[in-house]
Amino acid sequence: MSETTTPDFGPGLGDVFGPAQAEGGRDLVQLLTPEGERVEHPEFSFDPGKGADEDETIRDFYRDMVLTRRIDTEATALQRHGELGIWAQLLGQEAAQIGSGRALRPQDFVFPTYREHGVAWCRDIDPLRLLGLFRGVDQGGWDPKDNNFGLYTIVIGAQTLHATGYAMGMQRDGVVGTGDADRDAAVVAYFGDGASSQGDVNEAFIFAASYNAPVVFFCQNNQWAISEPIERQSRIPLYQRALGFGFPGIRVDGNDVLATYAVTKAALQRARDGQGPTFVEAYTYRMGAHTTTDDPTRYRLSEDLETWKLKDPIARVKAYLTRNGLAGEDFFAGVEEEAEKLGEHLREGCRALPEPSPLSVFDQVYAEQTPELAGQKAGFAAYLDSFEGAQA
Amino acid sequence: MSKITLAKGLNAGLRKAMEDDPKVLVMGEDVGKLGGVFRITDGLQKDFGEDRVIDTPLAESGILGTAVGLAMRGYRPVCEIQFDGFVYPAYDQIVSQVAKIHFRSQGKVKMPIVVRIPFGGGIGAVEHHSESPEAQFAHTPGLKVVSCSNPVDGYWMIQQAIACDDPVIFLEPKRQYHADKAELDESASPAPLFTSRVVREGSDVTLLAYGPMVKTCMASAEAAAGDGVSLEVIDLRTLSPLDMGPVVDSVRKTGRAVMVHEAHTNLGMGAEVAARVAEECFYSLESPVLRVGGFDTPYPPSRIEEEWLPDLDRVLDAVDRSMAF
Repeated sequence: MSETTTPDFGPGLGDVFGPAQAEGGRDLVQLLTPEGERVEHPEFSFDPGKGADEDETIRDFYRDMVLTRRIDTEATALQRHGELGIWAQLLGQEAAQIGSGRALRPQDFVFPTYREHGVAWCRDIDPLRLLGLFRGVDQGGWDPKDNNFGLYTIVIGAQTLHATGYAMGMQRDGVVGTGDADRDAAVVAYFGDGASSQGDVNEAFIFAASYNAPVVFFCQNNQWAISEPIERQSRIPLYQRALGFGFPGIRVDGNDVLATYAVTKAALQRARDGQGPTFVEAYTYRMGAHTTTDDPTRYRLSEDLETWKLKDPIARVKAYLTRNGLAGEDFFAGVEEEAEKLGEHLREGCRALPEPSPLSVFDQVYAEQTPELAGQKAGFAAYLDSFEGAQA
Repeated sequence: MSKITLAKGLNAGLRKAMEDDPKVLVMGEDVGKLGGVFRITDGLQKDFGEDRVIDTPLAESGILGTAVGLAMRGYRPVCEIQFDGFVYPAYDQIVSQVAKIHFRSQGKVKMPIVVRIPFGGGIGAVEHHSESPEAQFAHTPGLKVVSCSNPVDGYWMIQQAIACDDPVIFLEPKRQYHADKAELDESASPAPLFTSRVVREGSDVTLLAYGPMVKTCMASAEAAAGDGVSLEVIDLRTLSPLDMGPVVDSVRKTGRAVMVHEAHTNLGMGAEVAARVAEECFYSLESPVLRVGGFDTPYPPSRIEEEWLPDLDRVLDAVDRSMAF
């Protein structure tokens, strides 16, 4: 009786998806440890750019992250007070968003999910504008062309294709690979670990690879798609999927603003130079709930949250600045004061957001309104006017 | 003046649109060297290059999703869906993104995308190659839906759809692509895109159709005339918005209407048209609006498709029932 032999298929899942996964794995790019120590990486270093002061830039990152967290906590509170219908929290993802957002140039274009409040901040979108969608007064209150920041997209992953198409447009406009730093542009598509399972995201990878489109696929792996852990979406580290599509993938410590900035900046430059797409997996953790309607205590252990609290993206920058004497009490108090003012702006501004008119729905369906909709609008207006005391 | 088929009319219309506006792009599966499986984009890639006539990966959601991004960047993508039954992978992008982005952005972002779909049966094809999904798009606010029925309309309507700042689902009767020829006068002024047209005048019953069934209705009217029955035929051309003006005028005159389409009858375009005719022409109607459509089954195997599809006899049967009411 002969023994059956199993062919060697290469490394097993345990080799690529072993216990190291919980710590981000051996390939994690990190430049600032959770304890606030700067560390070297053979490929990536923090370079704030020509003429920029390194310490000043890190203080700016700190400020951005604190203010972004304030936007999040204020909006969460506004939801609790009934001023917002729902809010998608970003708590814990500040470094991933500020690091990548600050790596952008003005001519780059961003396609966000509905959680990119920190990136919106980097694109100079008034955070009050973000609240409109969650309050229900609009479905996106900014013009994407004003700040090169697309509207929040709620269908998971759909925007990654829009980003790829936009990048294909940039190629046709001749703003890729010209060598002119003020002209060459790229696109960042934001999405999450859950979205990585969507067909649209996989099709976006295929299109981007096929056309060598200048797009950075920036995945914030916050470990949870509402209640489903990353293991339900992928049996290998997400960044390793990129290789199968034919472009590089890299995992960065998403709670390290310096590393996220460095990696995104390099990926953007690759794209602008005409070298095609890159997958960046920002390894982070959703410290809050999926949204204000979610209850994470039903599906995850509080110990996990405690572990990740030790890796807080803001605390490590504060530790670094303090320990090295790069910022004093005055600085931190100043940022705190700014945060207070921002909170006030959001609280007052939210309640003052103008209510849409019921008749407004008819006007924006088409660029050229149809006679049918004009008729429906006139009929509805007459109906509303028929009530006693109705305002014309 | 030249005699052209629908395929040639569409091809010439696409070519003209690409010449007139450098932002017009054609994208889809096999649209490049092959010229599309029906040859509608024949020769375009050779003349306009691979950047403007784009062979895409085989992913319909990818085609529409990237078209959204290209439109945001200022391009006017014309997407070819190879067959009607393959549009569904793109359905989410069409319904949730293409149709809604203008509304979502309060008019700040326009979506001048044309989705060309060869539709309808009668070509002896396998499953998924003979469907009529128009009602699913006409039901979606934010989209406009049109269908051409002849070579001349094909030439003009595709150009008008491309020039439209709203997304247009453009349905092409694939059975007609290489069938009849018609004279094209390129110096003529076409009717506006979103208008219906009386294509044969009559006095007894109004036949309402679009796309492939216009030809069937014209043949039915010819046959009925031999029996002394006068049928008026209207080519709806636009399904969303509907242009009810010519329909209402006609039905007020004839008092009777029969709506004909290949699509399933239940909740098809005929249901909407019948409801509107009932509202607008109630006192003129001599009989209920009747519908002749595909049955409420999946499209059948091709050996029985001619029995399944509405044809001259089924149209005339409905005319008889309408007249007898």
